[in-house]
Amino acid sequence: MIRLQNIEKVYRTDTVETLAINGINLDIAKGEFLSIMGPSGCGKSTLLNIMGLLDEPSKGNIQIDSQDISSYSDQKLAKFRNEKLGFIFQSYHLINDLQVLDNVELPLLYRNSSAKERKRLATEALEKVGLSNRLKHFPTQLSGGQRQRVAIARAIVGNPQIILADEPTGNLDSAMGNEIMDILINLNQNEGTTIVMVTHDENMAHKTHRLVRLFDGSQVQ
Amino acid sequence: MLKNYFKIAIAVLKRRKFFTFVSLFGISFTLTILMVTTAFMDKVLSPDYPDLKRERSLYVSSMEYKNTKEGWMNRSDVSFYFFSHYVSTLKNVDKMAISSNPKASNAYVNNKKIVIAYKYTNADYWNVLEYRFLAGKPFSQKEIDNADKVAVISEETRKAYFGDASNVIGRYISADNVNYRVIGVVANVSKTVNSLSGDMYLPYTVSTSDYNKPDLMGPYNAVLLAKSKADVPKMQKEFQQMMRRVPIPKDFDRVYSNADPFFSSMTRRIAGDGANNGKTRVVTIMSIFVLLFLLLPTINLVNINVTRIMERSSEIGVRKAFGASSKTLVYQFIVENMILTFLGGIIGIILSLLAIYLINGANVISNMRLSMNLTVLFYSFIACVFFGLISGVYPAWRMSKLNVVKALKTQ
Repeated sequence: MIRLQNIEKVYRTDTVETLAINGINLDIAKGEFLSIMGPSGCGKSTLLNIMGLLDEPSKGNIQIDSQDISSYSDQKLAKFRNEKLGFIFQSYHLINDLQVLDNVELPLLYRNSSAKERKRLATEALEKVGLSNRLKHFPTQLSGGQRQRVAIARAIVGNPQIILADEPTGNLDSAMGNEIMDILINLNQNEGTTIVMVTHDENMAHKTHRLVRLFDGSQVQ
Repeated sequence: MLKNYFKIAIAVLKRRKFFTFVSLFGISFTLTILMVTTAFMDKVLSPDYPDLKRERSLYVSSMEYKNTKEGWMNRSDVSFYFFSHYVSTLKNVDKMAISSNPKASNAYVNNKKIVIAYKYTNADYWNVLEYRFLAGKPFSQKEIDNADKVAVISEETRKAYFGDASNVIGRYISADNVNYRVIGVVANVSKTVNSLSGDMYLPYTVSTSDYNKPDLMGPYNAVLLAKSKADVPKMQKEFQQMMRRVPIPKDFDRVYSNADPFFSSMTRRIAGDGANNGKTRVVTIMSIFVLLFLLLPTINLVNINVTRIMERSSEIGVRKAFGASSKTLVYQFIVENMILTFLGGIIGIILSLLAIYLINGANVISNMRLSMNLTVLFYSFIACVFFGLISGVYPAWRMSKLNVVKALKTQ
């Protein structure tokens, strides 16, 4: 589903060159639930951003769903992200000015779907994460766990094949973290969604199919 | 999609109320000034009572002598002689309204001083210009020939001089110690129609100065009326040809006088001279002024918008991650900005209406009644679009270049 070949990422400033990712090769199969672990600053998030087409590698090749996306224009990349990828972030990144339902509808705004259709799909997604009674709330009126569930609903509303989660349980206590993890596992098992998750938590990582460890930008396991 | 943009635009406006106030105030205040100014310009430039035949008219209001060798110049209004001796011979001039500059005289009514500005006119003055007579009639050629001491007064003068008297025709009004018999009362003329407004109109033959003195300069000006709009250029050309026959006064080597359309006659007074009507200069200066005037709040808006957009970098990151292209984002922010400017525009229109109401109420310029018409609204709309686009495009462009990863790190 995702194929990374010889990925390198170098950050340059005027004086320093930092090698954030160094020659990573990774194949992720369709329907796989993979976790990436490693100490802070080892390049986990950078790698996830590269997979999510939010960041460009300095070197190497990415294929997603057998498509080589390296030559895609901004417009084409945006469409590709919209259709194939869903993102979950550690700090949720909900738009506080919009109600829960509007937040979840967001990915559908960039498709040709009617307002009615958007509302139906968003309500469905919120039902899946158990928040169908919070449609008209604003994010600031919700707890951390609830916010992350809204973020998951937003990630799945467009029915993407891949979900990229950057420390989705990082800001939550263990009970809430487990809840979120259960939702993700459920999604992976029942819908066959491929999930790549960056985490610091060994327990969470062990619940996934495969664990990749990074150290100083290189894969060590 | 638009509804969603609208929701977020309103939410953003509510979030930082002070910024919103500054933006809206900037837009609406600038628009108000622009709208009141255009309303004023519109009042001055479009045909207005009693000068309603501007399309068929040319205006002669100055005489200029030049000594190009020494660099001397002499400029003044025009003599009655010039009109009666030269201009009256032109074939394309159907009628000619000659009038002198208003001259102020004091009158005392019930121990109260009132100032009466009086003008001398010819008989055709009343045929070319469409004064509205509330009572009586204008003076005729016969009364002019007899040098009858008769007067047409304005409504305002009637009120000031005679109080609430209902019929003043036949009564006497005194100016500069001469008594004139009132034969007509006309509706007030706005001071913006500057060469035609007066408190009292008298036959030129009662003037104490010698109106037949063979001199080119004097206190008069004239409106030349052509038979049709198509005849106006012919009339202008004929006037120019006639000027070549006018003898050049001693000590000078050029003489200029022009029959101009209304706008040019104004610009010539403000920024031109005998050889140049000043139109380009006035239009350029005014455009630069308007542009600068609009630029200030625009820069202010750009600044505020950049700050506001950067505050929303998390939102931008999320939108990009979930499939918004840079183009879509630019579009969103321009739409949001348009909503803001239109809101400012609506406030601006309300403020303008209020300002115009107050200006009319205070009678800042005598008898001027400003109004918001469709032209003014149209220009205001253009100004709004200008604001919205200019102040939205740059911040939106900067925002769309924002790196998603960095955008998502903030918060």
